[in-house]
Amino acid sequence: MIKKKAIVINSKDNVATALDDLKAGEVIQEEINSIKKNIKLNQDVPFGHKFSLKEIPSGSPVIKYGETIGTASMAIKTGDYVHIHNVKSNRGRGDIKGGVL
Amino acid sequence: MSFLGFHRPDGQVGIRNHIGIISTVICANDVSLKIAQQIEGSVAFLHDQGCCQTPIDLNQVTKTLVNLGRNPNLAGVLLVSLGCESVLIEEIREKIALSGKPVKTLGIQKIGGMLPAIAEGCRIAQEMVIEASVIRRETFDDSHLSIGVKCGASDTTSGLISNPAAGAAFDLICDHGGTCVFGETTEFLGAEHILMRRAASPQVAEKIQKIVTRMEKRAEMMGVDMRGGQPTTGNIKGGLTTIEEKSLGAIVKGGTRPIRDVYEYGDQITEKGLFVMDSPGREPEFLTGIAATGVQLIIFSTGIGAPQGFPFVPVLKISGNPQTQRCLAGHIDKVIELPEKGTDSLAKAGQDLFEEIKAIASGKKTKAEVLGYGQFSNIFTVGPVI
Repeated sequence: MIKKKAIVINSKDNVATALDDLKAGEVIQEEINSIKKNIKLNQDVPFGHKFSLKEIPSGSPVIKYGETIGTASMAIKTGDYVHIHNVKSNRGRGDIKGGVL
Repeated sequence: MSFLGFHRPDGQVGIRNHIGIISTVICANDVSLKIAQQIEGSVAFLHDQGCCQTPIDLNQVTKTLVNLGRNPNLAGVLLVSLGCESVLIEEIREKIALSGKPVKTLGIQKIGGMLPAIAEGCRIAQEMVIEASVIRRETFDDSHLSIGVKCGASDTTSGLISNPAAGAAFDLICDHGGTCVFGETTEFLGAEHILMRRAASPQVAEKIQKIVTRMEKRAEMMGVDMRGGQPTTGNIKGGLTTIEEKSLGAIVKGGTRPIRDVYEYGDQITEKGLFVMDSPGREPEFLTGIAATGVQLIIFSTGIGAPQGFPFVPVLKISGNPQTQRCLAGHIDKVIELPEKGTDSLAKAGQDLFEEIKAIASGKKTKAEVLGYGQFSNIFTVGPVI
């Protein structure tokens, strides 16, 4: 059995999770809604981390588990490593809402 | 289907038969620890609270200590106080004693300081351990199981592998008529809409919304982005980008059954079914809170590898991260494999975990118990130390 390199949890997701340490330039085959898609990684993606399955414009939702996990803080290209450098959280943001202290 | 437990006078069933040496205030910790170290069969519960706090927190500390004392894994309790603290030892003693178990008290100032307190505490604890040792394990059906769950040192394997397995075990326990409790309200942020859909009534859904808003406001009060605190530095290293992502993976550990009610931190839960306890995610405070609900065992799902247990509630560590399974084999009780899509592998993982829970309930020791990891706990408070 060939070990899967990545997993897409929900068909609505625009990111996949790496099941191995993946290298820049590697081509990952993913099947989403019965459509096979080849994604070439633009950067290294460590085990358990995420990469983009499609273009995600800045300000658009990043989707995993079929749910919004945050907002793209810059334009994300297909195959980009997706993490805190290009995704911001929408919750617990005292820096935006302002604190009381 | 059954397990072997200890019958308690209030009808609860314990899976351990310890004597709890419980500090009523931080100032008693040194004495409580010495007694527990000396007396085989006793365990210390230590914390940082009990004095110079607002009445809201003092009440929360009192309630939590009472309900910890009532936990069925304790056959008896020795309360240790300094003597001048705001939390009242006699009130705690009376309320624990309502459960019918023996409760004794010890005051460090009153008895003449540390050395006489340790000597008298050891004498009392020795008698209590011998008295408890005659209680025999009996057979109980699975509806007497009361189990908590926590995820800690999470990475993306937690949401993909070990939390779903914990959730599958929770469903089985609920279906057998038992009690299941989960919490970590901070890790509902971004996933609360899913939990609210599972609420048994609109009132319960409202309560879920209320505790999430309250917890988020506490974090926002500091005027910063909470990322780095939640998700933690370790979570981020493990691939979790936002609290929303962490939450969506975290809530899976509560299974899929209806949420019957929401309890405040430190409350005792005597009903059957699935419940939420409002609580923060940090281990020392969470484990104490869930122990106070009366659970006998805590499933602890970890990605990167959290080692701690709890003094008198066995903590069953599970992990789906292959590297953690190798490097921290001395801390992980059960390895969980990645469920394959379209197979019954998740149901099997849940069934295996259910069997392991019953083995531990019947006396099998967890790795954290054998190591003695988890001596230091705390109680969650919301106000300042004043």
